[in-house]
Amino acid sequence: MQEKNVLSDNLSSLKAKIETGLEELKSSKELYEFKSVYLEGKKSKISELMKEMRNMAAEERAGYGKAVNELKTWAIQRFSEMEERMKEKELQQKYESEKIDLTLPGKETEIGNLHPVTLVINQLVDVFAGMGFEVYEGAEIENDYYNFTALNTPKDHPARDMQDTFYLSPEFLLRTQTSAGQIHVMEKKKPPIKILSPGRVFRSDDDATHSPMFGQMEGLVVDKGITLCDLKGMLDMFVQKVFGEGTTTRLRPSYFPFTEPSVEVDCSCFACGGKGCNLCKGTGWIEILGAGVVNKRVLENCGIDSEEYSGFAFGIGLERIAMLKYGINNIKLLFGSDLRVLKQINEK
Amino acid sequence: MLVPLSWLKEYVDIDVPVEELEKRLFSGGFEVEELYEVGKDISNVVVGYVESCEPIPDTHLHVCQVNAGEHGTMQVCCGADNVKAGGKFPLALVGATVYATAKDHKTVEGVATIKKGKLRGYESCGMLCSGVELGLTEDLYPGAGYNGLLVLPEDAPVGADVKPLVGLDDWIFDVGLTANRPDCQSILGMAREVAAMLGKELKMPATDYTETDVKKEGFTVTVDAPDLCPRYSAHYVYDVKIGESPAWMKRRLALIGMGVISNVVDITNYVLREIGQPMHAFDCDYLEGNAINVRRAHEGEKIVTLDEQEYTMTPANLVICDGVKPVALAGVMGGLNSEIRDTTTAVMFESAKFARDNVRKTARSLGKSSDSSARFEKGVDEYSTVLGLKRALHLIEELGCGKVSSSHFDVNVGNSIEPKPMKVSIHKVNDVLGIQVPENEILRIMKGLNFQPEIDGDQLTLQVPAYREDMLPEGERDVERYPDVAEEVIRIYGYDHVKPTFMPTAQVTMGGFNAEQKGELALKRTLCSLGIYECMHYSFFSPSDLDLLRLPEDAPERKAIPLINPINIDLSLMRTTLAASMLNAISRNEKQGILEGRLFEVARIYIPKELPLAEYPDERKVLCVGIFGSNETFYTMKGIAQSVAESLEVEFQYSPVQKSFLHPYQAVTVSCEGEELGYFGKVSYEIQDELNMRTSAFVMELDLKKLSKWYGKKRVFEPLPKFPEEKRDLAFVMDKEVTCGQVEECIRRANKYIKEIKLFDVYEGGQIQKGKKSMAFTVTFAPKEEAFTFEMIQKFVDKICSRLLSELHVELRG
Repeated sequence: MQEKNVLSDNLSSLKAKIETGLEELKSSKELYEFKSVYLEGKKSKISELMKEMRNMAAEERAGYGKAVNELKTWAIQRFSEMEERMKEKELQQKYESEKIDLTLPGKETEIGNLHPVTLVINQLVDVFAGMGFEVYEGAEIENDYYNFTALNTPKDHPARDMQDTFYLSPEFLLRTQTSAGQIHVMEKKKPPIKILSPGRVFRSDDDATHSPMFGQMEGLVVDKGITLCDLKGMLDMFVQKVFGEGTTTRLRPSYFPFTEPSVEVDCSCFACGGKGCNLCKGTGWIEILGAGVVNKRVLENCGIDSEEYSGFAFGIGLERIAMLKYGINNIKLLFGSDLRVLKQINEK
Repeated sequence: MLVPLSWLKEYVDIDVPVEELEKRLFSGGFEVEELYEVGKDISNVVVGYVESCEPIPDTHLHVCQVNAGEHGTMQVCCGADNVKAGGKFPLALVGATVYATAKDHKTVEGVATIKKGKLRGYESCGMLCSGVELGLTEDLYPGAGYNGLLVLPEDAPVGADVKPLVGLDDWIFDVGLTANRPDCQSILGMAREVAAMLGKELKMPATDYTETDVKKEGFTVTVDAPDLCPRYSAHYVYDVKIGESPAWMKRRLALIGMGVISNVVDITNYVLREIGQPMHAFDCDYLEGNAINVRRAHEGEKIVTLDEQEYTMTPANLVICDGVKPVALAGVMGGLNSEIRDTTTAVMFESAKFARDNVRKTARSLGKSSDSSARFEKGVDEYSTVLGLKRALHLIEELGCGKVSSSHFDVNVGNSIEPKPMKVSIHKVNDVLGIQVPENEILRIMKGLNFQPEIDGDQLTLQVPAYREDMLPEGERDVERYPDVAEEVIRIYGYDHVKPTFMPTAQVTMGGFNAEQKGELALKRTLCSLGIYECMHYSFFSPSDLDLLRLPEDAPERKAIPLINPINIDLSLMRTTLAASMLNAISRNEKQGILEGRLFEVARIYIPKELPLAEYPDERKVLCVGIFGSNETFYTMKGIAQSVAESLEVEFQYSPVQKSFLHPYQAVTVSCEGEELGYFGKVSYEIQDELNMRTSAFVMELDLKKLSKWYGKKRVFEPLPKFPEEKRDLAFVMDKEVTCGQVEECIRRANKYIKEIKLFDVYEGGQIQKGKKSMAFTVTFAPKEEAFTFEMIQKFVDKICSRLLSELHVELRG
């Protein structure tokens, strides 16, 4: 009986030790160590108690075994409760320790911008691609024939004065208009032709509003039965897509050697809706491009039968559109690479 | 071109307000660039009658009682010496605006508003005005040049607005003309258009005169260069009395800003502006040899022009000579030797057509231009040549400044100045426009434009006036000119009749960017995603840019195409590299205090096959990237290159290179699949200093023409591996000189399962022996036939280590 009491004392003191020990634990690491001493493994205190059974009489064994098992079940539960509590506490501490200054600046990955002129080209191509226009980029250095003669501007033609030309040799020059590319296309390809030709053009002009280099986009349609009304229809659609619904166009007579009739095209001011403002200088209209019905002589110069086919062409100043769209007031800013300017451009 | 309304009204009845006329001109193809009233700054100035005028003691001032009719009678103090009782003068009422003048009473200093004031204790309610204060000159209104009050006519109604009385209510239209309408470069030319637009008759200026029996005996006119002078007319005028022109003529010339000289000279200027025909008058007494001869100048021949400038000519210049010497630079300016003097008594009038191109070339090459050359450059027709001379002779008679002889000369190549018939199809005219213009409208419009139209079925017959040279192209069959007719019809009929249609007869075509253009745009977007901003520079650069880059004399970049007529030396060569523009852009940004940034440009360089250019040069698209700032290194630029490569699904190879503008040890060429694409590297310190750059900069150029072959390359999908990949981190210690590339290459050779070797750390100092460094790599092994065991990987690593040790003395770090 004595022995039995000693053993049961052992059980209760172990229980007490676990009970107090658990309360003193500070971390899950200590808990883990404590657990391995008392509960887990072959050498743990509870396992030791189990081993005692071997030395007991059979009639005692049942009662003792039951008591030890109860202790074990109790311990498992206590430990798991404790683990739960400890985990929760430690997670809390981890969060606390990761308190940060939420007002510090974020780490950005800077994203650059496309140049305003590239953006305008993309937008225009987008609009015209839907109407079936392909993009053709011609040579910037052209010869006299393609830039002038084939475009119905022979040597002593008054129109040569309109565009002061940079010459590189008696025959070669910097193209003064993207129209030069028209001829190359029409020589190679027969109607139907719908091309769009964006690129750099050059004129010897350099002042506050002129740059010796600027971007232009030429559009050309050649097919059967094309009329001035078709030009108007296409322009109306173009200005609505680029400057917004409700924008209208106005045609007025002009002169280009490669079109006949030739027109200057204004669109209703998208800033004031045509009422008159600073942007449109009070007129309600903004000049955006030159256009016209392709001159028969130009078609014939390219071997296209001008009785069977007709067409229209238009030329858009890209910087002008970019300046209107982005509110840039000086053309020189577009070629200055000033990051303070470039960073203000966005694609919307 | 300046067009005064009053002058225009001489030839056409204008019954619409100026704003309406402006609109009509605009829609007819004549943009009015400026429209202003001559007296735009003058208001509330009325006719004042001075009833009494008493001197103010001890001053030059007078105190006057001025009757302003309906505006009442008021006291006005006046300092002018010609103020007097009983006189009528312009009275600026309180609140009126007039020009303020300086102490000299002549120089206009701005616009002043008249206020009630006190002079020497005398109240003054208004101001009596001089001509200058109203913006008038002697030429604009007789008497206005007097330095005192402007005297108004005795019959001027008291209290009436002064502006109509002195012509300040006139309007000036500054009209922009297109190059195809030289016939409108005159008041008469504009009047023809206005008459057509308003449906009014054109009243032609008088051209009648009476020839006397007097002849200039033996005088001859010859033209040796008919190609440069298709028509030369001359007429002898005698009994000339040089004097002043009448007020009406002076006023008209003054309104368009022309100086007044003497009656005969003024007639030539007047005809130039009225008819559009440049004229010249020679003093006959100074013409030697009784002859005019038009010929090319001899090499080195000299002439002194009216403005006393001497010019040395070549056979490219056309000269008018008498029997002995040059007396005028054809179409540009007369010679000093035969100019009209006060003593001139006989004049030979010249009215000619000179080839526009030749006049332009002469004016440009000699650096000499005039109103006459400007007019000839735009193109003068032969009809005006004849009309102009008649008009000048009429004016001689009208002004009474000479007698018109019967010595008339007309040397021409036979061009007719009669209207030329032309037939076009009406339905073709309408087909160009896409609308049906009613026949009666076509008739009305073409009649108004003086084409004398007749319609027979579909056929429209027109008589093209000789001055419409734009409608008469040489060698053109008239049936092909229907687009020209369509243009005339629609500009008067109105472009608002053009209704939008959408190519109902056209075939469907596919549009958009082609593959290469799409590839370029994708590349640009990749660059943007790396924080790089697209920029655009001029396609020109400067010889000094080549020096900036320290390019040796024989460098290919030095073989740049020069412009024959550049804006200036800095824009005188076509770019052969984009690097110089980029470096200048970085430098400009730094000057603005922007000390870090990334830029790229895609543009062409121009590589000539030979100079001077005889065939198309090679235009190559190039990508140039420039980055600068304290965070940028060789490796950030290399990262950009790698990202470009990755976006194209290719790998670039890099090998050291020497470039005159780059750091000797931080520059590489970039190649792909054995083809060299370009270079990148750190900008040399010499250039950084020269451009005052405060931070390091790096520049890259890649040939996009070459790179474009990899645009849009598709990635082939690789099936997922059957066995998991294994990674090992390995740190090595080695001599400093050993490169990452060498180590990587050696590792790769040591094992066939290696998929990737990635450097993740380089370390020197502290725990590493001096002269050595540590590099750490993550090596990825991809199993092919079977899964790797731990032992297998260990074997691979051992082999790698032994290979590195034996070949490069690289040791595994313990």
